[in-house]
Amino acid sequence: MTSRVLSLHLRIWRQLGPQSPGAFENHRLERVSADLSLLEALDLLNERLVAAGERPVHFEHDCREGICGSCGFLVNGQAHGPRLATTVCQLYLRQFADGDCLVLEPWRAAAFPLIQDLAVERAALDRLIAAGGYCSVPIGSAPEANGLLVGREQARSAFETAACIGCGACIASCRNASASLFVAAKLAHLGQLPQGQPERARRAAAMQEQMAAEGFGSCSSQLECEAVCPQQISADWISWMHREARP
Amino acid sequence: MTLDPRIPAGPVAQAWTHCREGLPLISPLRKRQFTLVVVGSGLAGASAAAALAEQGYRVRLVTYHDSPRRAHSVAAQGGINAAKNSANDGDSIARLFADTVRGGDFRAREAGCHRLAEISSAIINQAVAQGVPFAREYGGTLATRSFGGSLVSRTFYARGQTGQQLLYGAYQALMRQVAAGRVQLLCRRDMVELVTVDGVARGVVCRHLVSGALETITGHAVLLATGGYSNVYYLSTNALQSNASAIWRAHRQGALFANPCFTQIHPTCIPSGDPHQSKLTLMSESLRNDGRLWLPSHPGDARPPDAIPEAERDYFLERQYPAYGNMVPRDVASRRARELCAAGQGVGPGGRSVYLDLAEAIGREGRSAIEARYGNLLAMYERITGDDPLAVPMRIYPAPHYTMGGLWVDYHLMSTIAGLFVLGEANFSEHGANRLGASALMQGLADGLFIAPATVTAWLTGQPLPEVGPDHPACRAALAAAEVRIAALLAVGGRRPVDGFHRELGLLLIDSCGISRNAEGLRRGLEQVAALEASFHADLRLPQQVSGPNAELEKALRLADFFSLAQLMLRDALAREESCGAHFREEHQTPEGEALRDDNHFAHIAAWEFREGGVPLRHTEPLRFSLVQPSQRSYA
Repeated sequence: MTSRVLSLHLRIWRQLGPQSPGAFENHRLERVSADLSLLEALDLLNERLVAAGERPVHFEHDCREGICGSCGFLVNGQAHGPRLATTVCQLYLRQFADGDCLVLEPWRAAAFPLIQDLAVERAALDRLIAAGGYCSVPIGSAPEANGLLVGREQARSAFETAACIGCGACIASCRNASASLFVAAKLAHLGQLPQGQPERARRAAAMQEQMAAEGFGSCSSQLECEAVCPQQISADWISWMHREARP
Repeated sequence: MTLDPRIPAGPVAQAWTHCREGLPLISPLRKRQFTLVVVGSGLAGASAAAALAEQGYRVRLVTYHDSPRRAHSVAAQGGINAAKNSANDGDSIARLFADTVRGGDFRAREAGCHRLAEISSAIINQAVAQGVPFAREYGGTLATRSFGGSLVSRTFYARGQTGQQLLYGAYQALMRQVAAGRVQLLCRRDMVELVTVDGVARGVVCRHLVSGALETITGHAVLLATGGYSNVYYLSTNALQSNASAIWRAHRQGALFANPCFTQIHPTCIPSGDPHQSKLTLMSESLRNDGRLWLPSHPGDARPPDAIPEAERDYFLERQYPAYGNMVPRDVASRRARELCAAGQGVGPGGRSVYLDLAEAIGREGRSAIEARYGNLLAMYERITGDDPLAVPMRIYPAPHYTMGGLWVDYHLMSTIAGLFVLGEANFSEHGANRLGASALMQGLADGLFIAPATVTAWLTGQPLPEVGPDHPACRAALAAAEVRIAALLAVGGRRPVDGFHRELGLLLIDSCGISRNAEGLRRGLEQVAALEASFHADLRLPQQVSGPNAELEKALRLADFFSLAQLMLRDALAREESCGAHFREEHQTPEGEALRDDNHFAHIAAWEFREGGVPLRHTEPLRFSLVQPSQRSYA
């Protein structure tokens, strides 16, 4: 741990609601600890704004350990900021130099309507899962788990795609706002396991159909999704998805 | 008030079978006439909602998250226990049951613990069927590991993200029911009041976190699965918005609160540094399987860890507990770390951490083996601290983690309010005074997948149709009460934002009611928390937005309830004149410094009754042990 302090210039997108005009607002953070996370720095800023009678910056967050997927906005144009495999809640100020300017903007995608400031609505991702991202097994009568053998490598590969936290960074970074990586990850998670086989083709068709219906674009093939994914899910799975049944 | 836990008569081992076979049923066609309100979308809430919807009930699921997939079960790392004996190392239902009772230090019901152990295998089967990618052996069978001091290998896991994978299994089952039209998802809503009609739970009042509007959501029964209350300490391993408001609102309406002082402090967390740090991140306890805890032998030794020779390192758990070493239970590890840090041996900022060293394991098994086992944990540690744990020892310190206390429930998971069921960490549960590692996920899923679906049905058989509507006088009264509370907070017009009060409450509480407690500190804590609460209601400053997002108001509503809960915790800790599990009273210890239980006077569950404007009333439910006889723990 360092005990460095630094000062930062923040340019933050402020927008009261989806119908209001938005604009950047400038703030300074003077001599704060480099051991704070960026969200903790925003907490600090908000405490000052509230004390001064101003409206605090609205952003989504919860677990603050990189696993719930609640947080996410652009830092200097990059989803979740400059650090590889890191959600914005795990981005620490030690990443930055004294005097740096950070531009904070919300995810921008037609399927993610803005709520306020840095927060957007991502319910479209739930609807993608509802379209078929599950195994239709009744609760309570599952057969003995060890009756189904899954190779170690197969389990590992399925796990890696199942690790998606649903933050939406892949979509926010794609020029087409495509949800291809999100959908491919779920199809690959279930499609690689024996449990997912009975519904595999139907799932692939239904989820891709829903993706189009929600207003997500087609894959732009630029691999930005893979670059920003906090769980480092490979974009190869998108090619894998394209080999699955198409609607 | 007499508490009837409704434990089935007869032998403990057959209790659940007998109970289930005797429960009345409802025809599938009639089930769709019943509506159930489920609050919380973690393992317990999501699995209960999915299971009940699949049976045919209409379910309204309320969560404060934007998506059910974000509930804090997602952050559980280590694993889930099940008595499958797949390692052929002598495990059995009887053994998991006995370990749970002993782990809880004989402050849980035998029948409940036994039921949990019986159900455990079916949970794994269900999760696998849903597609949860558990770790596997080369031959394709499920892998297990030994966890948190267990002598058998019964913990199933998915790397260090077991909670995430189990939650996604439950979430996907839930979304299947949403697609089928049986579950109505009501996201971004905080429960701010419980609606009761003639003493029966019939709905909840929620505040919509985007619009700010208050809404009444009604049903024939209410299931609370809203998690634990460690955030009362401000800094904890919980998600920042995890809160106790749902259970506290129910408590105020008549649901007794059991064992509030039983809070678990987890030994292996990333310590705090800056005062504006917002949370303490858990590093899975599984790291203690391979990591050795140590401190410099000489207090004040400021050398970097690699400059301290072996002979000048104190591997304190190995020294004090040669048989268990670094695998002693969580409370023991936490207490020893705290004592040594208090004595000046601690390292890091403020001397408030100890080393967890992987060097020996890396030497034994190689860097890549350790990386494969703990990859995501190590990366997380590096992101938060800036240090590489494979190169320098990690620094850890105990942090509030899990709360064993919660709303009192009977064997059917029903609280003292008829029709109000409480599931998962929100109830006071089967973990007694301390929870075994990897048992939280098991309990959440047991409640949601198997127990509530059976017992809620039984309760509904006696319930009238139709449900109450939002314009029922009880709904209007509950809504008005919530409006009044919100208006009062907005009207304070003071100078201090919410977070400062919460930080201060956390410091008071961790000091007076944390790893170690004594009567004087608890009494002082009660006075200090009351004074701080008064200052909160006199000097709070909130943004004035009534409509639209107002995160500060959400925090203030939660903190107002935490203040009351904190005082109940202190009272409970003061009244329990013994040490048991995670509750360590300094006045009650053996000459060796171990917890000293008092089975003659405290072999009971303490259940508190709320009294408006008065001191809460302590009721007790005696505990009887027929299969496992209370014994003093020994890890020497």
